[in-house]
Amino acid sequence: MSRPAKLLSLAALMVVLFALSLMAGKVWVPFDAWFGTDPRWWIILELRLPRAILGAAIGGMLGLSGAVLQGYMRNPLADPGVLGISSGAAFGAVAAIFFGVGGSLLLLFGSAMAGAAGAILLLGIFVGRSASAVSLILAGTILASLGGALTAFLISISPNPFATSEIVTWIMGALTDRGYREAAYALPCIAIGMALLLTTGRALDALALGEESARSLGVPMGGLQALIVGAVGLGVGAGVAVTGVVGFVGLIVPHLLRPWFGERPSALLLPSLLGGAALLLAADSLVRLAPGANEVKLGVAMAMIGAPFFFWLLLKYRGRILWN
Amino acid sequence: MELRTRDLGVRLGQRQVLDNVSAIFAPGRITVLLGPNGAGKSSLLKSLVGLIPGQSGDVLLNRRPLRVISMRDRARAMAYLAQDPVVHWNLIGRDLVALGRLPHRGAFGGPSRADMVAVDRALADTGTQDFADRPVHSLSGGERARLLLARMLAGEPQWLLADEPLASLDPAHQIDMLRLFRRAADRGAGVLLVLHDLNQAARIADDVLILKQGCVAAMGTSQDVLTAPLLSRVYETPIHQIAGEDGMRLFHASGT
Repeated sequence: MSRPAKLLSLAALMVVLFALSLMAGKVWVPFDAWFGTDPRWWIILELRLPRAILGAAIGGMLGLSGAVLQGYMRNPLADPGVLGISSGAAFGAVAAIFFGVGGSLLLLFGSAMAGAAGAILLLGIFVGRSASAVSLILAGTILASLGGALTAFLISISPNPFATSEIVTWIMGALTDRGYREAAYALPCIAIGMALLLTTGRALDALALGEESARSLGVPMGGLQALIVGAVGLGVGAGVAVTGVVGFVGLIVPHLLRPWFGERPSALLLPSLLGGAALLLAADSLVRLAPGANEVKLGVAMAMIGAPFFFWLLLKYRGRILWN
Repeated sequence: MELRTRDLGVRLGQRQVLDNVSAIFAPGRITVLLGPNGAGKSSLLKSLVGLIPGQSGDVLLNRRPLRVISMRDRARAMAYLAQDPVVHWNLIGRDLVALGRLPHRGAFGGPSRADMVAVDRALADTGTQDFADRPVHSLSGGERARLLLARMLAGEPQWLLADEPLASLDPAHQIDMLRLFRRAADRGAGVLLVLHDLNQAARIADDVLILKQGCVAAMGTSQDVLTAPLLSRVYETPIHQIAGEDGMRLFHASGT
């Protein structure tokens, strides 16, 4: 199978899952009820379409970020979470809820993006001009636990149980009841983030030879790092701002696709975008189909699928992963 | 075509790794950089390709200071092979070699016809066509070394700078690599090699630059510089010259 054919199949899979995501839910809407005068059409248009669009965009952004970060850090365990940007954005959103302004989408979104920007700023200060992937991963890990600690702190001092419950629900990550307004905020940021990340392929390929060799091939490492951190911050930050933290997509997707598209980092970018979108659409359809009065949270579901996958990965690559 | 340093001084942290180094390298010749561990050989190679900046003096490429030359133009002119080279992903051989074309490629789009021709030629020149479609992690160290050399050649650089390219190769592959470097020099490229083995240096070098504690201890043709008294002084251990066959010089460090 040639590469364009593989890409087309992946895109077709995404389209099918997109359609499935419009049908699936407590109310099953079969295809022949679409576009008509059927009242269920309203469910699709007002509830499921914006949710599916957001899911595809955020999944795509997470998958692409994972592929870029794994390439940049030359570490198959990297994903957007390791930069601490997700935690920063989550802390920003939680702070907005804590101060009672979580009801305003503008303030919630703005506060989350400010949290992501803060994380980027701190990364810049910690890592500075060293432009080394190792210092970035260390600084990011510290930021991630700092963000988590600050969030836990806010929960623990929250004076009112409703705010606590709202925060905890939000953190778990979900696409439930997200509509066109959320999409209008997040999609432009995600689109810019994706466009920037898609330009990094050549540089990531060169990094397969190590940082010094990449520089000797003309890759400006400092600029590349700033571009990646900025683009991931913008896109993933916007995603977290509207859905909460959804982990594992960025970690899993490039691994699923490597056997199919090869290990060359630039060859994985577009497939990981499509694959991430497909995976999140599938997961979001599944959580809606699960029985029970309450939906399983998307973030929780991804973690439950993702963690066993991660263990399997560790067993498979044991000894071969890490820094080599 | 010329590559030289003028009063180059490089500090890394508190350490002066290169001090007032002035050296000229000639195209079409193989210059071997020798010296004890920590003498600054690797640092000199990295300064020449612009990986570490100098605090004083200049690196001049075709009479222009390196700092006014864009990274892309530097990368087109000079190919660099790092010490202990790694290949992080299991690329296929052809994709690995094609990395050498990066400085020639536009921002977008696939490789041009010229890119593909250069990659094919580099594969052919190093005898690595058979590895073109094989994952590099399935190759032996010697096979991978040849592919990495093909990666340098694919960029059609005027200068090849390699930091200990023979390390961890068996004798047959060492000779094989030296032959490939010789052929590149015969075609007009300037070749700079950091080596540790004095006998390999004597076998391949046209010119020799010996560094000691960041300073130039000796520079000149192989005949002039590779002598037992000079080497004994630089390495601070008695080194004897043994007459090899066909006038080849062999050196033997006897220890104290």
